[in-house]
Amino acid sequence: MTTRRLLTLVGLALGPVLVLAVFFVLPVSAMIGRGFDEGPRAVLEVLGRPRTRRVVWFTVWSAGAATLVSVALGMPAAHVLHRLDVPGRSVVRSVLVVPFVLPTVVVGVAFRLLVRGTPLDGSALAIVAGLVFFNVAVVIRVVGAAWESLDARPGEAAAALGASPAQVFRTVTWPALRPAVVSAASVVFLFCATSYGVVLTLGGLRYSSVETEIYLLTTQLLDLQAAAALSIVQLLAITALIVVVGRLRRSPDPTTARRPNRARRPGRGDLPQVVATVVALALVVTPLLTLLAGSLREDGTWTLANYRRLRTVGDGNALLVPVTDALVTSLRTAVDATWMSLLLGGLIAVVVSRRSLSRAERGLRSTLDAFFMLPLGVSAVTLGFGFLLTLDTSSRLLVPIAQALVALPLVVRTLVPVLSGVDDRQRQAAASLGAGPLRTCATVDLPVVRRPLLVAAGFAFAVSLGEFGATSFLVRDEHPTLPVVIFQLIGRPGSENFGMALAASVVLAAATALVVLVVDRLGVRSLGAF
Amino acid sequence: MLRLTDVSVSYDGVPAVRDASLELPDGQVLAVLGPSGCGKSTLLRAVAGLEPLVAGAIAWDGADLSRVPTHKRGFALMFQDGQLFNHLTVARNIGYALRLRRASGIVDRVGELLALVGLEGYADRLPATLSGGERQRVALARCLAVRPRLLLLDEPLSALDTGLRQRLASDLREILTAEGITALMVTHDHEEAFTVADRLAVMRAGEIVQQGGIDEVWRAPADAETALFLGYARVLDGPVRLAVRRSAFRVDPEGSLRGTVLEARVTPEQVRVVVDVEDVGEVDAVAPLGQHPAAGQHVRLSLDSTRTAVVGG
Repeated sequence: MTTRRLLTLVGLALGPVLVLAVFFVLPVSAMIGRGFDEGPRAVLEVLGRPRTRRVVWFTVWSAGAATLVSVALGMPAAHVLHRLDVPGRSVVRSVLVVPFVLPTVVVGVAFRLLVRGTPLDGSALAIVAGLVFFNVAVVIRVVGAAWESLDARPGEAAAALGASPAQVFRTVTWPALRPAVVSAASVVFLFCATSYGVVLTLGGLRYSSVETEIYLLTTQLLDLQAAAALSIVQLLAITALIVVVGRLRRSPDPTTARRPNRARRPGRGDLPQVVATVVALALVVTPLLTLLAGSLREDGTWTLANYRRLRTVGDGNALLVPVTDALVTSLRTAVDATWMSLLLGGLIAVVVSRRSLSRAERGLRSTLDAFFMLPLGVSAVTLGFGFLLTLDTSSRLLVPIAQALVALPLVVRTLVPVLSGVDDRQRQAAASLGAGPLRTCATVDLPVVRRPLLVAAGFAFAVSLGEFGATSFLVRDEHPTLPVVIFQLIGRPGSENFGMALAASVVLAAATALVVLVVDRLGVRSLGAF
Repeated sequence: MLRLTDVSVSYDGVPAVRDASLELPDGQVLAVLGPSGCGKSTLLRAVAGLEPLVAGAIAWDGADLSRVPTHKRGFALMFQDGQLFNHLTVARNIGYALRLRRASGIVDRVGELLALVGLEGYADRLPATLSGGERQRVALARCLAVRPRLLLLDEPLSALDTGLRQRLASDLREILTAEGITALMVTHDHEEAFTVADRLAVMRAGEIVQQGGIDEVWRAPADAETALFLGYARVLDGPVRLAVRRSAFRVDPEGSLRGTVLEARVTPEQVRVVVDVEDVGEVDAVAPLGQHPAAGQHVRLSLDSTRTAVVGG
C-alpha cells in the first residue's frame, strides 16, 4: 500500500522533475560554472568594482523605498476597499490589480511619457514611482484579503472593554494583520529588487539595477564573466529572501479566526484612508491615461496614425518585422507558454498538496516541494542568460518554455492552496460511497479547482504576453514578441517610432488587462497566495 | 438602569429587531431567550453600540446612548466563544481593559479575578492551551476587570458540552450575584436562563413577545410557542389552553382520566408513556419504575396541576 503510494508519487513527480532539471538546473548551473571559470577571485573582482557597488546599492535602496511607499499607500487602500462599503469598490479593486500583470515595458513607456520634459525625466524618483505603480496592487491584495476575512469580534470585544478605535487597531487588529503586511512587504521588495523592464526603460544610462546590469554586461559589453558573477550574487540574495518570506508566511497565527464580514459604511474618521486610496488610484490611472492619450496624438492633433503605422516596420526601418507580426508571435507564444505552465504547475500542485501518510512519503514530498520552488529564486534575466549559455537558442520553443517557467510559481501558488484546502474527509466520503480514485478526483477536486485553473491560465497568459526579461535574451531577431519590439522602438530616434511604441504599448496593455480583468471577475484569491 | 424603548435594527433593510422595549434594574440579570436567528444577538450588539438603530432609543440611567461609541459606554461584552486575544497571555487578556485605563495595581486585580473564576495559576498560559470552559472563565474575568456598569453576555455557555454548561451556569450566577453585576444575557437554552437570570424576556422573529420575572413568565407563557420554547412538552387545547410538562400526567389507578397507552419507554428514572386520553387527545405521562404499561393497555391518569401553566393567562 505505502509502496504503491510512493510509486504513484514518484510517477507524478517525474515529469516536472525532468523538465526542471533540463530547463532550470542545467542552465543555472552552467551559469554558476561560468562565473567560477577563472576561480572565485574573478567573482570577487567583479564585486569589488565601484560600478557594481553602485548598482547593488541602487537596487537595494530603490526597492526599499518603493516597498515603503507601496505599503504606506496600500494599507489604507486595503482597509477602504476590503472593509468599507464605498461606492464602486469592486470596480476600483479590479482597476488596481491591472498593473500587477501589465508588461513592464509598457509601464516604463507610460512613465517615460508622463515625466518627459520634466526634471523627473530619467530620475530615480520616476523609477521608484514606476515600481510603486506595480506593487501597490500586491499590498492591497495580500493585506486586503487578510483584513477582509479578519474576525471583527475580538476588536468588538476590545471596544466594549473601552478601547478607542486607535487602541483597537494597535492592540488587536495590527497583531493579527502583521504577518500579512510583512509577507506582502517582503514579496514587494523581492519584485522591486528584481524589476527589469521598468528600470531598463526609465533608468537610461544613469541608473542600473543588478538585473539590468546583467543584461547590459551580456548583450552590450559582452562581459559574460561579470554577468555570471552578478547572477550568482542575485541568486543567493533572492534565495535568502525567499526563505525569509516562506518563514514569515508560515507564521500567521493559525488560531486567528477567519470569517466573512459585512462591509461597514465609511465614517468621518475614515477620511485619511479614503484620501490614500484616491492617491493610489490616481497613481495607477494617470500613467495609463497619459499613455492612451499620447498614442492618439501627433503634432498636436488627435489621430489614429500611430495605430495605422503598426502595420509597418517603423521610421527608417527601425524594425525587422511589422508590429502586427510581433503581436501574432506574442499571442502564439503565450498560448504555448500557458499550456506548458498549466501542465507543469498542475502536476506539481497535485504532488505537493496531497496529505502524506507515512514518514518516507512526507520526506519525499517536502523535498519535491522545495525543489519545485527553486524557479521562484531565479530572476527572469538570469534564466534567460542561463538558457543562452546551455541551450540551442535557434529553437522556437525556447521562448515559451522560459516564459512558462517564469509563470510557474504563480500557477503553483494559485492551485496549491485550493487543492490543499479540500478536506481529505470529502475524498474519503466519496471513496466510502464506492468512488474510485479517478471518480473521487472528478467529484471532489475537479469542481473546486476548475475556476482556479482558469485563473491560473489567465495569469500565465498575461505574464507570458508581457514577459520581457528572459525573452529579451532568447528571442530571435526575425520573430520578436511585442514587448521586445516596443523596447526596440523607444531606443530608435524619431517621434514616429515613439508614437508607434505608444500605440503598441496600448495594444499590449489592453490585451493583458482584458485577460486579467476577466480572471479577476472569477473571484479567486490568487495574488494573495504569494 | 438600562432602558430600551421601541428599538429597531435592520441589516440591509431587512428588519432583525422590531420595536423591542426592555427594562433592566441595577444589580439584576436579564436573560433574553429565543431560538437562533430571532434577533437576540443583534439586540445585544445594538446595546453594545455595535449595530446602529433604525428607530427607538437605548438609555442608561436616563441618558441616551445613541451618540456614545462602543468604547465609551462602560459596558463589557462577552462572546459565545470568548474571543480572547490569542497573542496575549491569560493575565494580559484579563488586564487588557485595566492597561487601557492605565490603572494601578493591575497584577493584584488580575490575581483577584483569576481566583474569582477559579483559575489560580493560569496567569502565564496562552489562550490556545485552554479548554473551552477555561476560555469562557478567562473571558468573564476580562469583562469583570474594570467593573462594567453593564455586562453583556452573548450565549456565554452555548459552545460548551452539557455537563460543563450546567456547572458553569451556576458558577456564573454565583459570580454575578457576588459582584453585584447588572447583566444582559442572550441564550437559546431555557435551563441556562433559569439558572443564571432573575428576569426573562422571550424573543421570537425579531420581537419581544413576553417579559417579566422568571416565575411570572414560567407560570403564564404568553402563547403556545413560548410555552413550548420554555420547555413545556405539549399545549392542550380546550376551554383554556394548558401547557403541560412531560411529568404533569401520572399513571394512577385512582386517576380520573381514562386513556389507551400508545407507546412506552423505560428510562433510568421512570417509565415514559404516550397515552391517548378520551376527550383530550395524545398526552405524555410518566409511570413509576416497576409498572410497565404496554401499548394498547387501558390506564387511568391523574393530573398534577403544579406542573401545568395556563397559556395566555
